[in-house]
Amino acid sequence: MHTYESGLKEEMQHQSELSMTINGVPKSRTVKPWVSLLDYLREYLDLTGTKKGCDHGQCGACTVICDGKRILSCLTLAVMKEGSEITTIEGIAKDGELHPLQQAFIDHDAFQCGYCTPGQICSAIGMIAEGKAKTRSEVKELMSGNLCRCGANTNIIDAIMDVQKGAGNE
Amino acid sequence: MQDALAKINISQKHRAVAGGTNLIDLMKYFITDAAELVDVNTIPQHHAIEELPDGGLRLGALTTNAETAYHPLVESRYPLLSKAILAGASAQIRNMATNGGNLMQRTRCYYFYDVNTPCNKRTPGSGCAAIGGYNRTMAIMGTSEHCIAVFPSDMCVALAALNAVVNIEGPDGDRQLPFADFHRLPGDTPHLDNNLKDGELISSIDLPAEGFPQHYSYLKLRDRNSYAFALVSVATAFELCDTGISKARIALGGVAHRPWRVTEAEVFLNGKDPVRVNFEAAADIILQGAVPFEHNAFKIELAKRAIVRNCMMALDPDTQLPGAQPSH
Repeated sequence: MHTYESGLKEEMQHQSELSMTINGVPKSRTVKPWVSLLDYLREYLDLTGTKKGCDHGQCGACTVICDGKRILSCLTLAVMKEGSEITTIEGIAKDGELHPLQQAFIDHDAFQCGYCTPGQICSAIGMIAEGKAKTRSEVKELMSGNLCRCGANTNIIDAIMDVQKGAGNE
Repeated sequence: MQDALAKINISQKHRAVAGGTNLIDLMKYFITDAAELVDVNTIPQHHAIEELPDGGLRLGALTTNAETAYHPLVESRYPLLSKAILAGASAQIRNMATNGGNLMQRTRCYYFYDVNTPCNKRTPGSGCAAIGGYNRTMAIMGTSEHCIAVFPSDMCVALAALNAVVNIEGPDGDRQLPFADFHRLPGDTPHLDNNLKDGELISSIDLPAEGFPQHYSYLKLRDRNSYAFALVSVATAFELCDTGISKARIALGGVAHRPWRVTEAEVFLNGKDPVRVNFEAAADIILQGAVPFEHNAFKIELAKRAIVRNCMMALDPDTQLPGAQPSH
C-alpha cells in the first residue's frame, strides 16, 4: 500500500550526497535530485544573495558563475553540478574590498530596489571574462539576460562600461 | 553512451537532460511527462567540434550554444550560424543550452504552457486553444486544425538554410536525417515535434562545406530588441558571381512549426541581379500560401519586408548589428 510513510521512505532513497566548491570553500550536503542549484544555494547553504526572480530563466536574477561561466541557477539541477566551482555574489569581494563592479554600481547609482543587482554583477563578471563585448551596444546586447524593472539599466551599463575600460576591454 | 541509451530505453518516461534550460522549466510547469532524467553530459565524444574530411564541420550535440557560436571555425566559415545562435536567448542560457537541446526545445505557445487550457501538443485530443484564442505569435504557414504553434529556435533557422544533417544514435543503430526532415509539421500529431524515435539521441550535427561566409545575414524581429522569441526571423545566404546571384538560401523562423524554406524562391533568385525588386518577388513566392489567424495577419507583411531587408543586409554583412537587429 502506498502510504505517506512509504512515500517518504521512497523519497529519502532518492537523496544523495552532493559536493561542490562554493566561493572557494568545499561544501557537501545531502540533497534530493530535483532541487535546483538556486534552491540549493539559498535553502541548503543559506547563501541568499542569489535571488529567485521568476524561477523560469526569464529574468537573470539567479545568475551565478559556474566553472568560470555565467549560468542561470534556476534552470540547473544541483546534482548536475557535482564537483563544480560556483561563485555567487557573496564570494566576489576580496579581503574586505568590494569587487570593482560592486564599487562601480554604487558610484553610478546602478540600482534602486537592488533585487536584480547580484545577478547583474555576476553576469557582468562573466561577460567581461568572455571578452566578446567591446562597444556599449555590444555590452547591452550581452547583458540583455538580466532585467531591471526599476529602470536603472542606463546606470547599470554605465557602471559595467567603467569597469570594462579598466579591464582593458575597450 | 550505451549506458545512457540503455537507460533512456527503459521506458518512454525517461528523458535525456543536457543543458536543461527548456526541460527543467517544463518540469516546473508540470508539462513534460518525464518521470526520470538521464544526465547525458558525461558522454565525452558528443562535446567536440571537429572538421570533416569533405570540408564540413561536425558540431557535437553536447557542445553549448555559446561554445559553438564563438568557435573560430564557426565564426570564420559559418558566420550565419554564429549570428543566429547569438540572436537567441541570453548569454547565460547560451552558456548552458546545448546544440542537441536546441533542436529538441519545445514551442513557447502560451497555451502549451498553460495547463488549464486545452492543447493538442500537451494533451493529444484536448483541442487547440490558440486557434480561437490570442494567436498573435502563432504560425502562418504549415498549420493544421489541431495546432498552430511555432518552433522557437533561431539556431535551427540557420541550420535549415545551411542544409545541415542531424546524426542520431539509437537502439537500432546510427542514422542521419537531413535537417529539412528532422522537424515535423503539426498535422494530426502535433504532440510530435520531430522525427526522433523513442530511445534515440542526437549525437552531432554536420555542416556541409558550403558555409556562405561572404554574403549572409540573420535578422530577428521581436517585441523587444533582445532576449525575446522571434515574431519573424530570416536567415539569408548568397553566393554571388559576375552575372548576379549564383546560389540563394532563405529560411524563416517564427512562422511555422519548423524552420520554413521555399526552394522555389531560391531557384527563382538563381541568375538574377541582387536587387530589391527580385528580393520582393522572392518574398512573395515564400509567403504565397500563408494563412493568418485573428491576431497574426501582420506577420505576412512583416515576413515579406524582413526577407527583403535581410537580403539587402546579406549583400553587405558589415552593416549588421549585434543581436541580429535591423541595420540602419
